[in-house]
Amino acid sequence: MTAGNDWPLWEVFIRAREGLSHKHVGSLHACDAEMALQHARDVYTRRREGESIWVVQSTDIIASAPADKESLFDPADAKIYRHPTFYEVPDEVECL
Amino acid sequence: MVESQSPGQASETEEAARFQARVDQEIKIEPRDWMPEGYRKTLVRQISQHAHSEIVGMLPEGCWVTRAPSLRRKVQLLAKIQDEAGHGLYLYSAAETLGTPRSEMIDALHSDRAKYSNIFNYPVLSWADIGTIGWLVDGAAIINQIALCRCSYGPYARAMERICREESFHQRQGYEIMMSMAFGTSEQKRMAQSALDRWWGPSLMMFGPSDRDTAQSSQSMAWKIKRVSNDDLRQQFVDMAVPQAEYLGLKIPDPDLKWNEERGHYDFGEIDWAELKRVVSGDGPCNKERMAARIKAHEDGAWVREAAVAYAEKKRQRESAARIAAE
Repeated sequence: MTAGNDWPLWEVFIRAREGLSHKHVGSLHACDAEMALQHARDVYTRRREGESIWVVQSTDIIASAPADKESLFDPADAKIYRHPTFYEVPDEVECL
Repeated sequence: MVESQSPGQASETEEAARFQARVDQEIKIEPRDWMPEGYRKTLVRQISQHAHSEIVGMLPEGCWVTRAPSLRRKVQLLAKIQDEAGHGLYLYSAAETLGTPRSEMIDALHSDRAKYSNIFNYPVLSWADIGTIGWLVDGAAIINQIALCRCSYGPYARAMERICREESFHQRQGYEIMMSMAFGTSEQKRMAQSALDRWWGPSLMMFGPSDRDTAQSSQSMAWKIKRVSNDDLRQQFVDMAVPQAEYLGLKIPDPDLKWNEERGHYDFGEIDWAELKRVVSGDGPCNKERMAARIKAHEDGAWVREAAVAYAEKKRQRESAARIAAE
């Protein structure tokens, strides 16, 4: 006896409240997009956790490699002039 | 002279050291990060076993849905069982991030190569058992799972957080059932006491073998898959449950149970380890019944899964035909 092949894997993103962006909450198996939406509704919004659902087939997500983390993100550490606190301006001048 | 590694190609030992350093610094490990094979294997085994427990755990409760004493109790029980199915799915998903397909894990369960929580091999004899399961079994699961929220593997820790949030209602609905039984007629109180008598020992066993006898624990602790030892979790559970039983006016079936002023904890009697071993190895009151029900449900659902795939395929073909016709 075998469990057979699984349906494709989908990643689920939920907008918790209007005004917020969708956030990844987990994944599930479904044979098509319509079923993925239905399952996401049943599995991830049983307690009114959402206003809107996105489902994306997992194989369609392109992710950066963990090994590239330093080369991708560390350069930003040296660019402190991109933050407002880098600049010295007088306290008495307002709206800066 | 030792040949230097080319950049970006760290040796296994270097990777292992870096991995352990991250774990030590409480940095979560994510699916695509390097991890030792043993870490991956331990996690797949533990998370899938946890997922199986959620799914098999629906069976003892399921048979009480049609016999719930009121509509209020029925909807509560249904909601709890739906949650268990959801929790199983969160956990299978977390395990799948480690590269093992869900079908493989389910195969392992159905062919007796994977375990599930021992507690579900006991029979649910009366409605008071449903109350006791919510109160003690879910209570024990929550204690175990709160500790797992700090597990080093990100997807597992996140699934645990969500499960803990949802599961606190399970324990409370169980305790509410116990209150109506324990404060009800003398017959109801007798049923409540009988349920506690039967579920107390198996609940203590949910935390696994004693720290004296566990082989895997120390490596799991170093990897921060496990954060609190079996015996410490069990002690937390006993300290939680004793005053709860007192409030209900029920007696915990353990003559050695008493408050230890010096330790600041309850002392309790030795657990029947032989029983644990026997039930884990397949010789419990309901092992065969549970697995037979699980396999039957899976096989009976096969045509639905096949039909859904055929329907999705037909729809895809129609859509692509319509697209070609339009071009």
